[in-house]
Amino acid sequence: MNLTHHGGSCGHSCCLRVENLSVKIGADDILKDVNLHVHCGELVALIGPNGAGKSTFLKAILGQREYEGVIAFSEPGQRSKKPRIGYVPQSPAFDPSDPVSVADLFACCMSRRPAFLGLGKSMRQTVLDCLSRVHGEDLIDKRVGTLSGGELQRVLLALALEPMPNILILDEPLSGVDVEGMQTLMDMLDEIRKNYDLSILMTTHDFSLLRQYADQVVLIDHAVLIQGPPDRVLDSEEFHRTFHLRGGSV
Amino acid sequence: MSIWYALWDALPIEMFHWDFMKNALLALLLMAPLFGLLSTMIVTGRMSFFSDALGHSAFTGIAIGAICGLAAPIWAAVIFSVAFALLFSFVRSRSNQAADTLIGVFSSSAVALGIFAATVGGGSFTKYNKYLIGDILSVTPGEIGMLALVLLAVVIFWVLYSNRLTLTAIHPQLAASRGIPVGLSQTLFTVAIAVVVTLSISSVGLLILNSLLVLPGASARNVARNLKQYHALSVLFAFVAGIAGLTVSYYSGCSAGAAISLGLTAIFAVTFCLRKARA
Repeated sequence: MNLTHHGGSCGHSCCLRVENLSVKIGADDILKDVNLHVHCGELVALIGPNGAGKSTFLKAILGQREYEGVIAFSEPGQRSKKPRIGYVPQSPAFDPSDPVSVADLFACCMSRRPAFLGLGKSMRQTVLDCLSRVHGEDLIDKRVGTLSGGELQRVLLALALEPMPNILILDEPLSGVDVEGMQTLMDMLDEIRKNYDLSILMTTHDFSLLRQYADQVVLIDHAVLIQGPPDRVLDSEEFHRTFHLRGGSV
Repeated sequence: MSIWYALWDALPIEMFHWDFMKNALLALLLMAPLFGLLSTMIVTGRMSFFSDALGHSAFTGIAIGAICGLAAPIWAAVIFSVAFALLFSFVRSRSNQAADTLIGVFSSSAVALGIFAATVGGGSFTKYNKYLIGDILSVTPGEIGMLALVLLAVVIFWVLYSNRLTLTAIHPQLAASRGIPVGLSQTLFTVAIAVVVTLSISSVGLLILNSLLVLPGASARNVARNLKQYHALSVLFAFVAGIAGLTVSYYSGCSAGAAISLGLTAIFAVTFCLRKARA
C-alpha cells in the first residue's frame, strides 16, 4: 500500500482520499491498488510514461471510468462525500472554425438561457467575474478556436472554477503552452490554491517547474512507484529508471 | 391560410398571385428557420454526411412502407429512419472505425435496400421520383401544416437543449465533466434529424435536403464570430436563398429546389471570400 507523507489520514484538514483504487479493462490491470491523499491547498503532480494510467486515474476520479476502491472527499467533522470537481481537459480540441466565443462557452456551461439568443447583462457580468480570476477579462469576445495555448488554459481554468470546486483536476495543462505561458499558468494555480484553499491534481510531462510549485509528485506506472515531495521523487532511482535518464537532475 | 392568400392577392407582386407560389413561400418561411437552426449543429457536430445518409434511409423507409401496403408510407419512413439513426449510434459507439466509414456503410446499404424494395417483383422506380427530386411548388397546405409542427417542435427542443448539444459537439470531454450525458445528447439530436429529414423529404426532395441541412450553417460559419451571429446568419441565408431560388425558378422555369441549392452555393462562395474579415 502506498500512503502519502501525511500518513494516510486526512487529519485536521480537508482532503481527497483515494484508497485501493484499481481499474481493469478486461483482464488487464490499468491501475492497481493506488492510494493517494490530496489535502486542501496542496498541488499534486501526477507523472509517468505514456500509457501509465494517468488519464485513467483522472477519469476514475471524474466518475467517467468504473473502478474498485474508494474515492471520497473528507472535511473535518463532516462525513465523507463525493467531491465537487473542476476539470480542465487536455486543450487542443476546439476547432479553429467554431463560431463559439469565450462568452458562449461559459453560457453553454452555466446558463439555462440558450446561448444562441445572446448573453443577458447579468450573465455577461458573471462571465467577466469568472475570467477575472485568471486575469482574462479581455478574452470574453474572442473565439475559443483562436485562443493561444496559454489563453485557452486560462479560460478553461476559469470555467472549472465556477462553481468553486473542492478539487481542481488539470489534464496536461502545460502541453502546447510556451515557457512564459507555463510560468504564468503555474503562478495562477499557486494563487488560486492559496486564495480558495482547494486541492489541485494535475498530470504533466514537463518536470521543470515541479520543484518550484508542487507539494507532492506521484510517479505512476499502472501502480504508484514512488510519491512524496518533488526533490525526493525527481531524484529517485524509480524516476530515472522510468524515464531512462542517466545522471544529472531535472 | 385564407388570410395568407388574401394578403398576397392584395399586393402588386404578380408571381405571388398564384396559389402554388403562395404555398411555396409559406413553406420556405417555415423551412428557413427549421433548416437554418438544424444546419448550425449538423455542421458543428460534423454530421453533414450523416444527414445525407438519413435522407437515403428515409427514402428506403418510404419504399418499404409502400410495399407493405401502408396507407401513409411517410410514417413507415419515420420509424425506419429513427431505427437507422439509433442503429448507427449504437454501432459508432462500439466500433473503432472512423465515423465517415460507418456512414458510408449505412448509407450505401440503405440505398441498396430502398432500390431493392422499390423494384422487387418488377416494380417501377419512377413513382418515387417525387421523393428524390421533390418539388416545393407542389407543396400542399397539409404539408405546410406538418412543417409548422416540425418547426415548433425543433424550436422547443432548441431552447431546451441547444446549450448542451453545442457543448457536446465542440468538446465532448468538457461536456461530460459538466455532467452532460454526452451519448444521450448525441443520440437525441440524431433522432431529431432523422424525424425532421423524413417528414420534410416529400416537400423538398432528397437531392436538395442535404444542401439545406449543410450550406446555411457552413456559410454562416465562414463569417460568424459567436453563436448568436451563427444562428441568425444561418437562418437568414436559408431565407434569402429560398426567396431568390423561388423567384429565379418562377421566371426561368427551372426546378425551384435546384435554384435554392444554387443560391445557397452562391452565398457560401461569397462568405468564403469574406472569411478572413472575421476576428
